[in-house]
Amino acid sequence: MTQSVELTINGRRRQDHVEPRLLLVHYLREVAGLTGTHISCDTSQCGACTVLLDGEAVKSCSVFAVQADGRSVTTIEGLAKDGTLHPVQQAFWSEHGLQCGFCTPGFIMAAAYLLQQNPTPTDDEIDRGLEGNLCRCTGYHNIKKAVRAAASAMNGGTAELSGNVASPVAAAVEG
Amino acid sequence: MAVTSMIGARIQRREDPKLITGHGHFIDDVNLVNMAHMSIVRSPHAHARITSIDTAAALASNGVVAVLTAADFKPVIHGGLPVTNSFVADKKQIPEQFPIATDEVVYLGEPVAVVVADDRYTADDAAQLVAVDYEPLPAVMDLELAMTPSSPLVKSDRPDNIGWDAAFPAGDIDAVFAEAEVIVKQRIGQQRLFPTPMETRGCVADYVPFDNRVTLWTSTQVPHFVRLFVGGALGVPESQMRVVSHDVGGGFGSKIRPYGEEYLTTAASKLCGRPVKWIEDRTESLQATTHGRGQIFDIEVAANRDGTLLGLRFTQLLDIGAYHGVFSAFQVVACLLGGGAYEWKAINARSIGIFTNRTATDPYRGAGRPEATHLVERAVDLVAREIGMDPAEIRRKNFVKTFPHVNNFGLTYDSGDYEKTLDRAMEIIDYAAFRKRQEELRAQGRYTGIGFSTYVEICGLGPSAATAPAAGIALVESSMVRVHPTGSVTVSVGTHAHGQSHETTFAQIAADALGVPYDSVEIHHGDTGDTPFGYGTYGSRSLAVGGMAIMASCHKVVEKARKLAAHAFEASEDDIVVDQGRYFVRGNPGEAKVLAELAFASYGAGLPEGMEQGLEAVSYFDPPNFVWPFGCHICAVEVDPETGAVTIDRYVAVDDCGNVINPMVVEGQLHGGIAQGISQALFEEVSYDDATGQMLNGTMLDYLIPTMAEMPMFELDRTVTPSPTNELGVKGIGEAGTIASSVAVINAITDALSPFGIRHVEMPARPDRLWSMIKEARA
Repeated sequence: MTQSVELTINGRRRQDHVEPRLLLVHYLREVAGLTGTHISCDTSQCGACTVLLDGEAVKSCSVFAVQADGRSVTTIEGLAKDGTLHPVQQAFWSEHGLQCGFCTPGFIMAAAYLLQQNPTPTDDEIDRGLEGNLCRCTGYHNIKKAVRAAASAMNGGTAELSGNVASPVAAAVEG
Repeated sequence: MAVTSMIGARIQRREDPKLITGHGHFIDDVNLVNMAHMSIVRSPHAHARITSIDTAAALASNGVVAVLTAADFKPVIHGGLPVTNSFVADKKQIPEQFPIATDEVVYLGEPVAVVVADDRYTADDAAQLVAVDYEPLPAVMDLELAMTPSSPLVKSDRPDNIGWDAAFPAGDIDAVFAEAEVIVKQRIGQQRLFPTPMETRGCVADYVPFDNRVTLWTSTQVPHFVRLFVGGALGVPESQMRVVSHDVGGGFGSKIRPYGEEYLTTAASKLCGRPVKWIEDRTESLQATTHGRGQIFDIEVAANRDGTLLGLRFTQLLDIGAYHGVFSAFQVVACLLGGGAYEWKAINARSIGIFTNRTATDPYRGAGRPEATHLVERAVDLVAREIGMDPAEIRRKNFVKTFPHVNNFGLTYDSGDYEKTLDRAMEIIDYAAFRKRQEELRAQGRYTGIGFSTYVEICGLGPSAATAPAAGIALVESSMVRVHPTGSVTVSVGTHAHGQSHETTFAQIAADALGVPYDSVEIHHGDTGDTPFGYGTYGSRSLAVGGMAIMASCHKVVEKARKLAAHAFEASEDDIVVDQGRYFVRGNPGEAKVLAELAFASYGAGLPEGMEQGLEAVSYFDPPNFVWPFGCHICAVEVDPETGAVTIDRYVAVDDCGNVINPMVVEGQLHGGIAQGISQALFEEVSYDDATGQMLNGTMLDYLIPTMAEMPMFELDRTVTPSPTNELGVKGIGEAGTIASSVAVINAITDALSPFGIRHVEMPARPDRLWSMIKEARA
């Protein structure tokens, strides 16, 4: 027994027939083919599956696809616009906020939502805003720095950056 | 034009653009036409006899392709899972493990049957319909009881529950203890941990009928190792089997073995004639992916009242689990490193590996070295407390000070300057000011503490001379460097990256060694189809061994390019100068050829007499020694005596891993490593019910992985003492943070609680544990 859903994913409308029990994360990955949203914990602790549903960060393992009917979803694939990275994506790159990269899409979506709600978070507010996301590689140090840097960039400021460089030609060699 | 130097450059990672935009290629992202999905029926018992398996209801489900048990797999999978016993033990028992249980299950989560269906939901539903009857048997859970002759057996066909019993004597320990002025004793636990990579395991197998060819995509740290063993068991030669491991979402040691599920998925593909995908769910992962640690140490330290350390005697009881992990015996290295960064007259260690009805333990980040560091750094603090000496001073007094240093067991520490890291870390944290403030706070009823960890570790596995006793194994690493006709370079390696940033750092090395632009170098790893045989990534070996294999191939390429340049300039080879990728005749730098020009020439006509076309090389590097990173970590905590809660106020780490290729990456490895050690010290513990063998915290809801809110910001610095072991002067840094950090936290907590007379705290130092200890001390 399937049910019809019609939703907008990353600005594009689509209609599908799905089982009522199909999780939104499975719908995104397996029906819509958007595999950037990841599954890690199965019990909604880790936040790897975070997407924006009508602009609000949700764990897509805890939403049925049919609950997204008529609504709008933004996934990690839809965050960069016209070939330009979102400031949060850029900051995760420049501050080395990822290693294996598996938790990263969820972190970036959660951080983007946090900064949309609170453009100038304190460290404590960053902690609380991202406590629904788990990372096992970074010890969170550079993730926090990335969120600070993104907040600063989005507010037109210059964050205290780590001095990591995109271009090797400009790379300074440390003693 | 080549840049001047790539070594030491803080370059952002080339891995990241795809990962931050959702275009990574992890195992669950692999989808093939006509692919079926596999779900595994696992034992709900720690120990039981299987009396019957009824698959009829599952088979009758719409969409189910097959339900398979050991009887179906036996004709297809030959032999058992590999075990590498790294150390020769006095007594050794290595039971054979088939990838799926036949008539007796011996750990919770052991595979019993698999269901293959058209989609994952159907497979999982049908797995619920497989009816297995079990006759429960006693679960062997307690290490010390398991060693006794009257203990029930972990598996009924074994003589006893002992996996190994190995003695490591060095020096006259009895004489040293007889002359000592002070002897302290302590039992120190190393609780079981889930390694918990954020991506669980999984694989996709595509067996091509009639051709006997297999492609196996799998989330592993060791693709070549998987091909060797899975291919071997299924009768598929390496030449017809390709193992692909693209992006892997973390490993931390838990993905360094060929797993039973890789055999089962491949065999299921063969039996069903379709590609088959298996993705582990988190509860399966916690039950069936190897665990870390699970050890108990009983230590005795002999010292003099002036702080001179004399002797160390200890026993390691190691919970193997029901079967050996592939490298479980490696953790015996804790015995050989138990002396840490200090001089000892004698050390006597013994390791006993004990089977229990639990999941196998295997290396988890550090694998034996966090345990060694924890025991020796606790030992030193216990002596310091006993004789009233400052913990920094007792370390300084006993440090190994000259290098190379041969330790009590004949291992050679290649280089070091331990005092320098201690001094620097004390300077950063302002030790004297901390002690002063600590006194003031204690007067106010607040309990702060400071903990040292001055570690040394062994990594860069490993010299064949050391690894050969384990079945003749040589843990070398490989590379193939190919310069294409227009000058771009492909470097293929046998190591594997799953967060370590090799695509960036290895390109830095090759660009530097070849004198070519960084952007022209591409790193290939994780696909046995286009990489030379290698042992993969673990034991902080990829740079010191794999990086050197890249250097070796680059040198061969440069030597051939030199010949090509000599030919082009009609000069003698001896007169060709190679300077940052430019080849010219001595004295005439204005007329030079870059590598790309020589590469183009190498594929054309008119080569020197006898020279073959092409510009490429393959190398295998067997290191002459291990490498020995070291450093000093200092943790400052406050313990709330009313709740037992620990707050980390500061965490300072000064590490020395020799020369650094990319400081950004080194810092990132340290952050993550330190966090995992802090997490062991404060939060994590796999809990089983000792009576039934049931797992009590088998979800991430119940198992405490820290969030950002629990982690401090780290204060890092480093010293640079190049390794003399390899040309790059590098050591390793992937595990150092974890090796150092758990005991820095625990030493800080014991320091904080010293006014209560508390001299030792077990891990995890959860609030309830500390609160109870404080309450008892106050009573």
